Amino acid sequence: MRRRIVASPGAWVVWGLVAIFFAALAGVIGSVVVNSFGVRWFDTWLPPDYTTRWYGQAWTDFTLLPVLTVTLVVCLLVAGISVLVGVPAAYVLARRRFPGSRLMYLLFLLPILMPPITYGIPLATVLYKYGLAGHLSGVVLANLVPSVPFVILTMTPFIEQIDPAVERAARMCGARTRHVFASILAPLLVPGILAASILVVVRTVGMFELTFLTAGPDSQTLVVALFYSMSAAGIRAQQSVDAMAVIYCVMMLVLLVVALRFVNPTQLVARVKEDPE
Amino acid sequence: MTASTLAVRHRLAERGVDRQLLLLVPATVFVVALFVYPFCYGIAVSLQPAQGGALAAYRTFFTDAYQRDTIGTTLAIALPAALINVLAAVPIAYRMRGRFRGKRLLTTALVVPITLGTVLTAEGLLNFLGPTGWFNRLLLGAGLVDQPVTLTHNYWGVFFSLVITGFPFAFLLVLSYLSGIDPSLERAAATLGAGWAQRFFRITLPLLAPGLATTFCLTFVLAFSVFPSAILVGDPAGSTRVISIAAYEAAYVHYDYAAASAAAIVMGAVELVVITVVLGLRSLLYTGSTAGGKG
Repeated sequence: MRRRIVASPGAWVVWGLVAIFFAALAGVIGSVVVNSFGVRWFDTWLPPDYTTRWYGQAWTDFTLLPVLTVTLVVCLLVAGISVLVGVPAAYVLARRRFPGSRLMYLLFLLPILMPPITYGIPLATVLYKYGLAGHLSGVVLANLVPSVPFVILTMTPFIEQIDPAVERAARMCGARTRHVFASILAPLLVPGILAASILVVVRTVGMFELTFLTAGPDSQTLVVALFYSMSAAGIRAQQSVDAMAVIYCVMMLVLLVVALRFVNPTQLVARVKEDPE
Repeated sequence: MTASTLAVRHRLAERGVDRQLLLLVPATVFVVALFVYPFCYGIAVSLQPAQGGALAAYRTFFTDAYQRDTIGTTLAIALPAALINVLAAVPIAYRMRGRFRGKRLLTTALVVPITLGTVLTAEGLLNFLGPTGWFNRLLLGAGLVDQPVTLTHNYWGVFFSLVITGFPFAFLLVLSYLSGIDPSLERAAATLGAGWAQRFFRITLPLLAPGLATTFCLTFVLAFSVFPSAILVGDPAGSTRVISIAAYEAAYVHYDYAAASAAAIVMGAVELVVITVVLGLRSLLYTGSTAGGKG
């Protein structure tokens, strides 16, 4: 059954709201993109001349190559570790009821329900105490705090929808937990794991607060470098900050498009069939 | 292995405790070591200020109006932003259930702002809403205003940045909760002669309410932790001096870790109070399956 997109006044209001939102969004993104290509842009609709030199300047001034490398390394480490740690835990929470299972669930929910700054400041203090902050390891550890629970919470519904009968059959045939994981669950979970790890990467690239609080000069990710260059406005040309923002945005967009190939964003919370007819 | 350990094991297994639970250990260690321990450490630090009694850091926070008012400022930004994001998401998601041409494209387009990040959003808002930005040019050109409207470096800049990053998130969650509701329930109501308003307010909304509460909480957390945008598009010394700025300044500008931890703990407490209230209201509502059939 296809729905018609026509007519009632309510529909007009709703689509009007969506249109306004998109127009504002286009304005916000567009003005950054235009500014990043404009030679200079003051009191006119569009800049008089265009250039790509701001990108070159951003690349060298902000030493983007090391920054991007750090971002990539942090993301891969965070995604890898949180999947390795999170998936087994998600499996137990999805399949088993035991004394304290609700408490465990709450424990894993809390880091997601807390603003990063709240636990970020004490966490940074602890990491500095042990000499971990200011380095890559501190940034990775801090980013694991919301990522491990995030993997657990996104993987639990994925695991719940796998028929336990399959596992029971394998166990009947003598497979141990390790084998069940390697030969039965892992292949079935690959799409879920990919989706979760890409989402972790997206979150980590965008995670400002935790990285900001724990990073040293050599361990800044892109978003933190961007913040510093923007809050130090006046030293650098606005346009090259914008160029860097565009680079950031394109990177995130690529990641997101990849993620959307593996996961339907609307089915993250409640997994239902697309068309129940 | 002796007979008695076997018996103990058996008894534990009957209650659902066996070796499989060991799979939980790594994740628990991580959360305890990196979340629970630092949090407790933070509480301990906040109770050991350089001078004054154990509660001096908290007393200072609550007696200094410049610090205390950050709580109100944060709530005044976060609560309306979260509420508007959730409320706007409901009708749009309601229209977008089912299938129609371009649905995937529209969903993708709505997801894009999630990737923008607060910094790019801030930069964009400064360009777009600034005194010489497109928005003010449009208003001036249309003759709606005489001079540019100030929408950046004040409350509104931060508010818009929260809507831009928060709305798509709220929308996705609401849409997925909505598509989890069995459409046959509404069809049944329709065959009994219920109009769309009746169907929406008597069936869909009550089933959706718990999901809305969760969405509100998650959006509120996002909005409550506003930090970079409050600095970049806001007025960090005045009208958008949120509590995270107070905590950050205490830690990294004044190096007063007791005050910083106290501010962070107060922030967490205020946020948990709001979430507890919302989730408490939610538990009064129907919490069963919304998928119909065997749930």
